[in-house]
Order: sequence, then C-alpha cells, then structure tokens
Amino acid sequence: MNDAGTVKTVCMDADEIERSLTRIAHQILEANKGAEHIALVGIVTRGDLLAKRLAEKIEAIEGTKVPLGKLDISFYRDDFATHLAPEVHSTDILFDLDGKTVVLVDDVLYTGRTIRAALDALMDIGRPAAVQLAVLVDRGHRELPIRADYVGKNVPSAADENVRLFLEEVDGKSEVEILEMNEGARAGAAPLGGE
Amino acid sequence: MALLLKNAHVIDPQVGLNATADILVRDGKIVEVGQGLSMEKGVERDLSGKIVVPGLVDLHVHLREPGYEQKEDIASGTRAAAHGGFTAVCCMPNTKPVIDSALGVEYVLARAAAVGKCRVHVAGSCSQGLKGETLSEMGDMVAHGAVAFTDDGRGVQGAGMMRRVMDYAVQFDRVVMSHCQDEDLVGEGQVNEGVASTRLGMLGWPAEGEEIQIARDIALCRLTGCPLHVQHLTTARGLELVRAAKAEGLPVTCEVTPHHLFLTEDAIGDDYNTSLKVNPPLRTAADADALIKGVADGTVDAIATDHAPHIDFEKDREFELAPFGMIGLETALSLVVTHLVKPGVISWERAVELLAVRPRQILRIERVALEAGSTADLTVIDPEAAWTVDAAEFASKAVNSGFIGAKLTGRATDVYVGGYATLEDGAIVE
Amino acid sequence: MAFNHKHLIDITEYSADDIMTVLETAVRFKEVNERRIKQVPTLKGTTVVNMFNEPSTRTRSSFEIAEKRLSANSLNFGGSSTSTVKGESLVDTVETLCSYKIDMIIVRDKHAGVPRKIADVSGVHVIDAGDGKHQHPTQALLDLYSIWQAKGDLDKLHVGVVGDIGHSRVCGSLIPALKIMGCEVTVIAPPTLMPARPDVLGADHVTAKLDEALPELDVVYMLRIQRERLEGAPYPSLREYNMLYGLTKEREHLMKPDALICHPGPINRGVELDSYMADHPKRSVILDQVYAGILTRMAEMYLLLGGSEDGFAA
Repeated sequence: MNDAGTVKTVCMDADEIERSLTRIAHQILEANKGAEHIALVGIVTRGDLLAKRLAEKIEAIEGTKVPLGKLDISFYRDDFATHLAPEVHSTDILFDLDGKTVVLVDDVLYTGRTIRAALDALMDIGRPAAVQLAVLVDRGHRELPIRADYVGKNVPSAADENVRLFLEEVDGKSEVEILEMNEGARAGAAPLGGE
Repeated sequence: MALLLKNAHVIDPQVGLNATADILVRDGKIVEVGQGLSMEKGVERDLSGKIVVPGLVDLHVHLREPGYEQKEDIASGTRAAAHGGFTAVCCMPNTKPVIDSALGVEYVLARAAAVGKCRVHVAGSCSQGLKGETLSEMGDMVAHGAVAFTDDGRGVQGAGMMRRVMDYAVQFDRVVMSHCQDEDLVGEGQVNEGVASTRLGMLGWPAEGEEIQIARDIALCRLTGCPLHVQHLTTARGLELVRAAKAEGLPVTCEVTPHHLFLTEDAIGDDYNTSLKVNPPLRTAADADALIKGVADGTVDAIATDHAPHIDFEKDREFELAPFGMIGLETALSLVVTHLVKPGVISWERAVELLAVRPRQILRIERVALEAGSTADLTVIDPEAAWTVDAAEFASKAVNSGFIGAKLTGRATDVYVGGYATLEDGAIVE
Repeated sequence: MAFNHKHLIDITEYSADDIMTVLETAVRFKEVNERRIKQVPTLKGTTVVNMFNEPSTRTRSSFEIAEKRLSANSLNFGGSSTSTVKGESLVDTVETLCSYKIDMIIVRDKHAGVPRKIADVSGVHVIDAGDGKHQHPTQALLDLYSIWQAKGDLDKLHVGVVGDIGHSRVCGSLIPALKIMGCEVTVIAPPTLMPARPDVLGADHVTAKLDEALPELDVVYMLRIQRERLEGAPYPSLREYNMLYGLTKEREHLMKPDALICHPGPINRGVELDSYMADHPKRSVILDQVYAGILTRMAEMYLLLGGSEDGFAA
C-alpha cells in the first residue's frame, strides 16, 4: 500500500525492465541506423532515469556517448489549474536540439497528455529533425492520437488502476506495479510534486 | 396628563437616591418620588427590574443637518438618540453652512422642535466658517439659544485666535469646547503614531498632536478665565494635563468617547476597517486604561459619543480616503453598562454622573433630577438585557459603528422627554 | 510541499518554507527565460488584470513580461484613464472588472490596505504590487531571490537597510521577510525618515550612523530617496543626504569584502549611490534584482493560480 493505491500485481520485475531497455536500445539504433544523430530526453521524474540507462546501453553497444537531457513539463500541463505541482523539477538540456532525432523517454504511456505537453516543451527549446517516443510500459486508454515508437511492455489495465514504475536509484527497488487506486487518488504514473 | 412609573429601581446621585420607588409625573414635571404612589387617571407602567435615571445627555453629536442629510438628519439623529436612551443631545456646528450665526441656531432648533425625538442643544462655532480667522457672532447665537462654542472637527489652530475666542466667550458664561489637534503636527495622520502607523503603513497621528493643544488651551483658560471643555480626550498624558488643571482649580472639564475607552489601535487589522477610522485616532491599550481610571476617579467629567455618521459608500473605500468618525448614540449606554458598571469599575451613580448630570452642568442647561419639581426627562434601563449590536437595527441613517457584532448587556427600554414617551419597550414612539 | 495561498498581499502570512518554494520555483523559470523561446503555455486561458492606480513603469513592465512569458492574457487597467479619476469608487471599479470573469488582479495603489479590500470584494487572486506606504511583497521576494542567489543562503545574514524606512512600502515587506528567513536587520536612516516603531517591522538594530553600521553588514540595501518635494523635506539637501547616507566609493573600505549592494530602483545617482557603487561588478546586484523580478513574479503567479479546486478563479 502506498499513496497511490493498493498493489494488485507486479507486472515487470527488475530483470524484465533491464531486458526491455536493452531491446529498446537495440531498436533505437536499428531504426536510426546508428547513434550519430540521436539525443535522448527523459521526462522527469522517472523517464529521465530510464533515458540515462538507455544512454549507457547505447554507449555499451555502439561505443558512442549520445547527448542526454531531462525535461520537466510542469509549465506545460493541461491540468495545471486543478493539480499544482509546487515542486517543479528542472529541465536540463545542455545541447542543441536542432537537427537531432530526439527520443523522448517516459515510464508509462497512458492518456498521452504528458507526451503532448512534452512535445510542446521540446519545441520551445529547439527544433529537432524528428521526435520519437520510447516508453517502458504502454497501459492503453489513450485520449490523444499519440503512439510510442518503442515499447517495453504492453500492460492492459483498467481505468481505476494505476501503473507505476519504481526504480532502484530513487525507490530502492525496480519493478512495475499495477495498483488499485484509493478513493480520491489521481490516476497517473507518478504522484505530482515528486516524492 | 399623568404618568406613574411603578416599582423601578431609581438611581440619582444628585439627591442621594438608590432604591426601589415609584415616580409620579404630571404635565411634564415630576410630582413625587416615593413608595406606594397612586393616581386617579393616567398611564401607569410597572418597571419592576428596571432602573430609572435622569435622562441621559450626549454633549457631542453630529446631526449633519443642514447640509449633509444623506449622512444623517435631525429626525434620524434624534431617533438614534432616543433609541440609545438619550433625552437630549448637543449638536456640533460643522454643518453646511457652518452654524456660526443665529440663523443656523434657529434653523436647528426649529427643525428639532418639529421632527426631533429628543431635546437638541446647539453648539455654535467659535470662528466663522470654522476657518479660525474671525470670531462668530457668539452673542447673537447665545440670544437664540446656543449653549456652547466649538470649532469641532478641526479645532482653532492659532493660539492667538483661541485666546480671542475664550476672551470673548467668557462674558456669556458659556463653555468653549476644544477639539485638540495641531494640524501642523498631525498633518495627514490616519491612525495612532507608533505600532499602528508602522504596522499599517500609514501616516501617524501622534498623541502629542492632541496634548500640545490641551496644554495650550489649559494655559489660555488660566489666562482668560473662560471655562474650557476638552472634547474627545484620548491620551494618558492629556488626561494628566486635565487632572493637574482641575487640581489647580481651573474651570476645565473633559469628555471621553466609548470608542476610545473600549477600542484600541490594535483593533485595526489587515482589513483596514474604516469604521475604526476616528479622529482623534484609537490609541494604545495603556491610553485606554488611563482613560478608564480617569472615568472612575472623576477626572473625566462626561462620556460623549462624538456620534459621526457617514454614508455607507463614503466609508466603504480606501482607509486613507475614508472620512473620520464613528456613530455611537445607540451603543454608548450599553457599552458603559457592559464594560464599566457590570464589572464594578464604576457604580451606577457614577454612570449617571457621566451620562446625565455632568453633561448638563457643562452645557449649563437645566438640572434634571429624580425629585419633585424637576422636568420629567427620564431614561429607563433594563440592566440585564443581553443583545448583539446589529447594523440593521440602528435608527441612525448610518452604520459606521466599530461595535457591530458586539455582545452587550443593559439597554434603554423607555425614554421620557418632558413626561412624553419617545421610546417605549425598546421601540421609538412615533 | 504544500503551497496554500490564494493571494500575495501580506508577506508575514508566508512561512520560510513558502518563501523558499517561491524562490526555488523562480530558479526553474530562470531556465525558461534562458531559452530561445522564453514562453511557456502554463497560464494559457487565464486573464490577469494589471490594475495600476498610480504610475509605475518598472513594476508594471516586470509583471507584464512575467504574464506574457506564462501565456496569460493580460489587461492593463489604470493610469490617467483610471475610472476612479472619473469618480467611480474602488469597489465599483473592482466589481466591474470582475464582471469580465478575470482570474487575478495585480494591484498597485497609493493607499494602504487596498489589495486586501480588492481581494475581499473580488474573490479572485490578488497580488499586491505595492500599496501606499504599507507593503510591496513581490519586491521583497525578488530581493530575497537576488540575495539568496548571490550569497547561497539567507540564514544569519546581516542586512542593513538604508534610507527612507518610514515612507517605504519596500521596507514594509522586506524587513519582515528578512526576519522570516532568519536574517539580522539593521535599519539606518536619519530619525526624520524612520518609522515610529521600526521594531514593529522586525528591525533588530536602529541607527542613524551609516559608517558605524557598514562594517557589520553582509548586504547593504539602499532605498530610493523621494526627491520630488523639497519644502518640508525630511533632510536639508540631497548634498547633505549623500554626505551622511550615500554609499560612495569613499565608504567602500568600511564594507566587508563580500558585502552586496541592493537597490529597488530607480537609482538616484549621486544621492543614495555613486556610480562606482551602483555599477560595482562584484558587489552590486541591482540589475540581477530586475531580472529576479521577472522570475519571482512568474513563480508567484504560477503558484497562486495553480491547484485551486475549482479552476483558476477559485
């Protein structure tokens, strides 16, 4: 039990997460014919950590360090008026996006609204040649015409469930859980305002 | 017409009365005060549990007529007076035009006779137009009934002019009432200088702006021999000056208002409640304590309301732009009972002195006492009546009271002016 | 971290945590302001009214830029065309504005207490952009931000505020805010420019002697002298003011090596500061303060307008 709800099942464990990321790293390299024009941008507060792991894997495979950044979408949320996140995280993209193929990385793809906000944020920062999307989990229930280019695992879920990723670096364990939402809890991968 | 008030608790320190008795009134005069009185024909009231005192007098009110009838007029202001238990008021001359001639005095007295719900005494101005330059026609005003002189609202600024005023007034045996405010020192002061002015970020109205003129006027009283009445005194040091003048034997009296006794600068909060914007300003708790001591020990002669009505929209605005003043006629008696008599700070006798006896002496108007032969101006008080101040219940046109919502004890239920009821069971008699 | 304020009117209603939330959020907006496109869609669809009932170019421009960078719709209301000039009461003016279904009012007024009055009448979010001689909380927050960024920490800093303390709305918010953040505050002014009770604002030390105070100070905050009127002025001449209270090159030896210089602007060069001090590359953060104004005002609007239960105009 945690603030988001009661755990029903663990749908990915640490090993599965690792294997999925390795596969996605290969897929990215294959689709883009190498690492030359790629940049990885993770959406805080879990996508940035996944992007870092992907970057490490790409470097291990290809021997190339790809530019890595993180993106905070607090200022782009469409539910800002009702869900303020006072703890705004930093956007940290210390390289030129122009002409790059940016792979946006997020943990759980759900309604698509986060990705919509992230695309807007990205366009305000630079002019990438192309944007691709990598997610660890796609749980369905899209509200916008958005799909991922790279998916770790498709996890069918109900609207009254939450799907959350925990990562060793910040949570002390790595797994993806399906949770039954508590009354009044907000749907979404991570609690607003960070942990 | 006869009126018999039965079984009342009658209190009048002038005749040493504090007992249960009946009062018989005929043709506007008290015929007899005693036990087991009866009459053949007339109105009889059983006042068991009630207190009857000589009619209350407020020697400082603004009736606003002529000129500012939207704020208040003689009809509404005297209704408020009756509602608050008063049988007489003394109205200030800062109307439009200023009451600085016999014409103004006549006008107010005539309107009061026509529409008033209490006796109205008129204070004429000291200087024409309140400008502090030329003496008003005091002699003519006295001849038409003016009881006192004052430039209330701003005060006489020049010491030389004030000396002329007092020198000239002394021949009429009338009191000069002084609004003590040194304009040069006070400037645009909005609230008491000190904690309040700093906290609220507004210009301060220093205590010294008042005390300097109290000291000046006491000196001029000594110089001219003219009786001096210090209006709405608010500071501990100001009270000390009056105390010393009295000890010296000078003809100096003073009044304090209920709001300066029972409210302090601390009451003005973040909401900048403009009802608490008064002149002089609400002072410190230490000042209020000193004033209460002065009320108890006799240094303070009278409690007067400085009833200052304003239109709702005039007060519902920026604090610094709102006019000074608070209404008080309908809460004064209850505040005195609640905060001074009930806790034992003063006796009922002292309350009667402050609200009825001394005001008449200061204004040099007819003595009213609970004895045979006296004019039957009477106030009946229910000492246990518990009520909450509600703006909707005011008879005044204005609602700018700083006591809205206050829970008070004791209230006038009936008022008789010359034997006629102006207030009966709490309702104004039409 | 909870931030539960509807208004920014009285800085003393903000805790140290609330203030740090504003400052940390401002840091995030710094990143936005360094992008090529210095605008985010955060407040898209909200209407913010800049109700400036007395002239103010700097503060109003700062708010306007902050609003535009947050994509709010802003309306400038006031100046010489102000309805109050035409005899309309403040209350009526505010009620009229509210009929436009607005979300926030930024108010500057020459009378103390007006922002609270507007908050009570309007029901919308209100930011006090300076009321009379009372408060100027957004100035205090940008000052804290500038000092915090330059010093790394606010706790235990000794800040001296020099000049017209008594008629300064800046002081009305700055001194309490410094105290909330754990600073030590000395106020330095001729007695004619001192409020009746500087201790009420929170001042720890009160002096008229700048030279004696300077060696102790980590931050020297110079206030602007109102030079408009001379008759009845609280000092004999600008020349003498500068001699006694001006922060000049000759006084630098009295300052700590790392002491900062702040000023809310606009500067009277040659009066409260000489050019050497105003433009001092190591000490002066005066232009940083101007930039901090944009960042902190964006943060304030972001925090106040967000998270209300029934949308923007809660």
